[in-house]
Amino acid sequence: MASAGKNGLMAQLPRTTLRDALSVSLTVGAYGVAFGAASVAAGFSVLQSCLFSLLTFTGASQFAAVGVVASGGAPISAIAAATVLGTRNALYGIQMAPLLHVRGLKRIAAAQLTIDESTNVALAQAPRGVAVMRAGFWLTGAGVFLFWNVFTLAGALGAKALGNPASWGLDAAVPAAFLGLLWPRLDTTFLRLVAGASMAFALLITPWLPAGLPILATALVAVALGWRQR
Amino acid sequence: MAPEVSATTTWTVLVATSALCFATKLFGHYVPQRWLANATLQRINALIPISLLSALVVAQGLVVKTHVVIDHRLAGLAVALAALFARAPFPVVVVLAAVASAVVYHLH
Repeated sequence: MASAGKNGLMAQLPRTTLRDALSVSLTVGAYGVAFGAASVAAGFSVLQSCLFSLLTFTGASQFAAVGVVASGGAPISAIAAATVLGTRNALYGIQMAPLLHVRGLKRIAAAQLTIDESTNVALAQAPRGVAVMRAGFWLTGAGVFLFWNVFTLAGALGAKALGNPASWGLDAAVPAAFLGLLWPRLDTTFLRLVAGASMAFALLITPWLPAGLPILATALVAVALGWRQR
Repeated sequence: MAPEVSATTTWTVLVATSALCFATKLFGHYVPQRWLANATLQRINALIPISLLSALVVAQGLVVKTHVVIDHRLAGLAVALAALFARAPFPVVVVLAAVASAVVYHLH
């Protein structure tokens, strides 16, 4: 960000890097609308929905937290599901820290911006060198942060204006949004098998566990299949 | 639907989720890189989003409290699935699902 400008990196930044960062940021905006709407439909206020996007700032975890609350789950189930979903950000951080090489407040900012999009854009710039990777990380992180928060507000206000979620199909839009988040990840037969097994497992244990807990328990499917996979 | 959720619940979930998710991110920036080396851990970590998102699809689309229920939401999910197969972009998928679900909801 600031340092990128000072070092004149922006001037030499390849157009494709800029385009990657911008297109990813804008696409994420659409998910922001869905999150804002899902959050309000789950019983969170507009203010709380916006704070979620500012402070938690990791989409899948936010969706999981409000999703578990919407399905009547206990707070602990919602918090645990969101945290487990967020563990991949720690692995991203391990990859990004040596590249970014920042300290103090900038490290705090880098940590908060460490998400799927910023890490993936940064890693995709590898052939163009470390400086471009860094710029890709900061640009995408800041861009997604901006659009994600603005569109969360829009979605939350929109859902509040609509009223009864079922009447507008919002109760189906939320699982459809999850399906939309899931779909691009299913690029091998094995991953489709994991998704199918997880859905079956979640439905199977639903009558036997308190609401919200089956979602978290499904992480066991990932552990079992990840353990054995070669 | 408009669920009855207490302010204590929503604030607890918001604050704790935010704190833990940030701590997780910060943790990644402070641990030594060799912690990444465990292949089994990496494989499991890559599968967790797929498992949890899959569970969320069915929990939100086919479950009420602790019962598996087939209702208007399934129409929305079916349309979403068809739209994804047709390579529709995310906003189109969500809007089509909402429309299909709302239509079935009002027909009932």
